[in-house]
Amino acid sequence: MIRVELPTHLRTIAGVGAEILLEIEEPGTQRAILQALEDRYPMLRGTLREYSTGLRRPYMRFFACGQDISHELPDAPLPEAVANGQEPFLIIGAISGG
Amino acid sequence: MTNRVGGVRVLVGTRKGAFILTSDEKRESWDVSGPHFGGWEIYHLKGSPVNPNRIYASQCNAWSGQLIQRSDDGGTTWETVDNKFVYDGPTGTHQWYDGTPHPWDFKRVWHLEPSLTDPDTVYAGVEDAALFRSTDAGQSWHELSGLRKHSTGQTWTPGAGGMGLHTIILDPENPNRIFVAISAAGAFRSDDGGVSWLPINRGLRSEYIPDPNAEVGHCVHRIAMHPSRPGTLFMQKHWDVMRTDDAGANWREVSGNLPTDFGFVIDVHAHERETIYVVPIKSDGEHYPPEGKLRVYRSRTGGETWEPLSNGLPQSDCYVNVLRDAMAVDSCDSCGVYFGTTGGQVYASSDSGDHWTAIVRDLPAVLSVEVQTLR
Repeated sequence: MIRVELPTHLRTIAGVGAEILLEIEEPGTQRAILQALEDRYPMLRGTLREYSTGLRRPYMRFFACGQDISHELPDAPLPEAVANGQEPFLIIGAISGG
Repeated sequence: MTNRVGGVRVLVGTRKGAFILTSDEKRESWDVSGPHFGGWEIYHLKGSPVNPNRIYASQCNAWSGQLIQRSDDGGTTWETVDNKFVYDGPTGTHQWYDGTPHPWDFKRVWHLEPSLTDPDTVYAGVEDAALFRSTDAGQSWHELSGLRKHSTGQTWTPGAGGMGLHTIILDPENPNRIFVAISAAGAFRSDDGGVSWLPINRGLRSEYIPDPNAEVGHCVHRIAMHPSRPGTLFMQKHWDVMRTDDAGANWREVSGNLPTDFGFVIDVHAHERETIYVVPIKSDGEHYPPEGKLRVYRSRTGGETWEPLSNGLPQSDCYVNVLRDAMAVDSCDSCGVYFGTTGGQVYASSDSGDHWTAIVRDLPAVLSVEVQTLR
């Protein structure tokens, strides 16, 4: 079971609380998490990754285990502590804007 | 006397959420609901003329991009609908600021225009400029790509605020006729339901482009029509207030005695089709009212002759702007006029502009104002 936290502005859109529990197939990857999120919460489509490229939107960041893993390849395995549910996969809206 | 008015609902889009203001037909006291989608930019929201409780809203921010919301209960609850705006076919290029070709790139929805006859049909004007349509209440969107693929499309260039399709006018007498306006390409008309398009910019003169009389390239800020006379359109251009009486085939300037002919909004009185409103703005660069005095100007002669309306509006130290989609009228017996400012005020007049009051004054910067007259 993967633990995922959305940024506040998307929790409202999806109607969820601080943490979401997702079942994804092994090996866990960023792409698998995003796909599972979009499958369960269709209103999130296009808000985390671009429709046209499938890539992470520039101001959305992925943190885990105290590291910024935004630039990991979408199909790279997740950190072991995220894959086994010890640590959450944090989706962050970059600190910017006004 | 028209049908009895049950109330008025003002839909306000701001930099940080949507607000819905309601009043009875007297329009003396207002209830404010919101923020809806707090923290998100709401470029525009508009209700269906057929089913006023059906409201569409354009919601976006820099982090998560574009969402479209739909309400079926007058804005009390909302449902997220489709946000997949994909250009039809090869994307192609338009001209970038430096003159180089630049791929069309979807950024946001500037304007939503519900059909006059079908509550499930709605048009979306987007940046980079294109027109989309949904016929299933926002569950899917399809580009009317004849506009973007017009032979002049590769020469269109964004204005300072981007290359947005910001104005969509549906002809109530001819369901196949649509008018749109794009910054900074100009005005276009379709007579076949959006399949093919004709630039309608003859008579516009823009000194800030290489050929002031060019077929396209004019920075049109807003166009307005009275529904009883769809061949007559009024335009607030970057500079100049313009008028056409032949559906855009020819325009003529009607700026007359305005203190400045720059501005963004323009609208037409609900019952007097020669009565029009603008808010002159000092430019280029400043984008606030001349002399720090916020004044609406009204012409009762379809342009040329204008009178300032200032009763109830700030007449000193006022440096707000009024953006292009931020003026609307109601259709009560005594026509109400409304506009919102970048300072967060929404001003209303229930007597055609003679007297004004702020019906809410500390919102985030207002991007759009629409009014529903509920019967």
